[in-house]
Amino acid sequence: MAITKLLVANRGEIAVRIIRAARELGLKTVQVHSAADTESLAVRMADEAALIGPPMASKSYLNIANILKAAADTGADAVHPGYGFLAENADFADAVESAGLVWIGPSGDAIRVMGDKVAARVAAEAAGVPVVPGSVGRIDDPDRARAVALSIGFPVMIKAAAGGGGRGIRIAHDMDEFDRLMPQASAEAKSAFGDGGLYLEKVIERARHIEVQILGDGTRAIHLFERECSLQRRRQKVWEEAPSAHLPQPMREKLCASAVALAEAVGYRGAGTLEYLYDDATEHFYFIEMNTRIQVEHPVTEMITGVDLVREMIRVCAGEPLRYRQEDIRLSGHAIEVRICAEDPAKNFQPGPGTVTDLTVPGGGGVRFDTMLYPGYQVPPFYDSLLGKLIVWDENRAAAITRMGRALQELHVGGLPTTRALHQLLACDPDVQSGDFHTRWLEPWLERNAHRLGTEETTE
Amino acid sequence: MTRQILSPLPGTFYRRPSPDKPVFKEVGDVVAVGDVIGLIEVMKSFIEVQADQAGTLTAFFAEDEEPVMAGQPLAELA
Repeated sequence: MAITKLLVANRGEIAVRIIRAARELGLKTVQVHSAADTESLAVRMADEAALIGPPMASKSYLNIANILKAAADTGADAVHPGYGFLAENADFADAVESAGLVWIGPSGDAIRVMGDKVAARVAAEAAGVPVVPGSVGRIDDPDRARAVALSIGFPVMIKAAAGGGGRGIRIAHDMDEFDRLMPQASAEAKSAFGDGGLYLEKVIERARHIEVQILGDGTRAIHLFERECSLQRRRQKVWEEAPSAHLPQPMREKLCASAVALAEAVGYRGAGTLEYLYDDATEHFYFIEMNTRIQVEHPVTEMITGVDLVREMIRVCAGEPLRYRQEDIRLSGHAIEVRICAEDPAKNFQPGPGTVTDLTVPGGGGVRFDTMLYPGYQVPPFYDSLLGKLIVWDENRAAAITRMGRALQELHVGGLPTTRALHQLLACDPDVQSGDFHTRWLEPWLERNAHRLGTEETTE
Repeated sequence: MTRQILSPLPGTFYRRPSPDKPVFKEVGDVVAVGDVIGLIEVMKSFIEVQADQAGTLTAFFAEDEEPVMAGQPLAELA
């Protein structure tokens, strides 16, 4: 490999995941960390650690100068950003490369094109990929915005051009609401993302969230089939699977081919995901956005293809050509991931940081638990609530759901509230079992089932 | 008699609703029960810190953007 020492510019379970991949590639690792993460599993596992600031993320994990200084001090020659924090920050990608380091991700320019939701729509249309009906580019003039909203038809989604992760989205059901929400959306986008640019999209009422994993080496790209993440709460994914619960094979082929076309059109390097809405009733799919990083739910793709995505993204970004041809990638069986978060589903998902008093990790065939927990670990309150991802594989979807139920029964995290009980109920739900759901299925289900969502501490 | 407002959760204490807005309350302000005196950010969620008694704010013990523990005194009322 052209690199020897990888700096991990992230924390939590994904930092652990990256260290494992790096080690298998024979790389040394440097784990940067805030003052709140000195005792983290990633710091303990890495060959070296470097303090980059106080607990608050804006002063540590988002502090580009401190991260680059840590790289220089430790002699790291590559930076892996994980997901979240600076992973989709084009200026950080440029700064890493300007410092003479290898960036494990697409170029800053590719992030700028695909990370800007408006530019990404334009690139998708140019590559022949269908997009959700909406405005052509940014829309700043109120009169033109009203005309576009009328032509799309209500309800209309108002989205921030610089948004992502479900943030910066508003839905207007009529013109009065539209007139009220446009200025709010612009002001919020300006303060949250430093860019008040907006665009409009039609609301697809009953859609599945389906996304295609791609890997590229800058010239050639392949897909690794699709994932379905339709079970969402507040636009955050809760339960993810691969392949989709219901996607006709011809549609799968079209969707995946469109993703490869778009990735190759932008000269994509590294791992990336193209997100689509799929309407069962009309059998139409629409590109919504691209994530230019490894995603939280990448393990389900690894389970059905046998490809280690984090290792492969390091390889191609270090300059190696893609090792796979499209025909090498085979889809086998079915995988499901659930997010185990430090939240209490019985108390409206209130977060509950604290100390892990004891931990039982599920095992057996086809079970994987990606986590940063260990007994005695103090989960800090400063970052997101993800404690671990429970992933199962089995030969078909029904068997995978049964196996998920079994693995959840084995899982025990003592000392903290967790979302385990939610996933146990989901695994038993007839609609989940039949795959009869869409992106707005989970929230009403949560309201109806609120009384059944006890935590580990109340049920055990 | 002085009374304290304690942090309900561990996290980051904010005295203002967003970085470009004024503080919720200044020392010397009169507060009623339920008035918001700050926010605690815990795992990316924002929880309001409300006065549980009426009185006049005489001091803040935590700075804006300071990490705090559950039960830590944030402000004092007289």
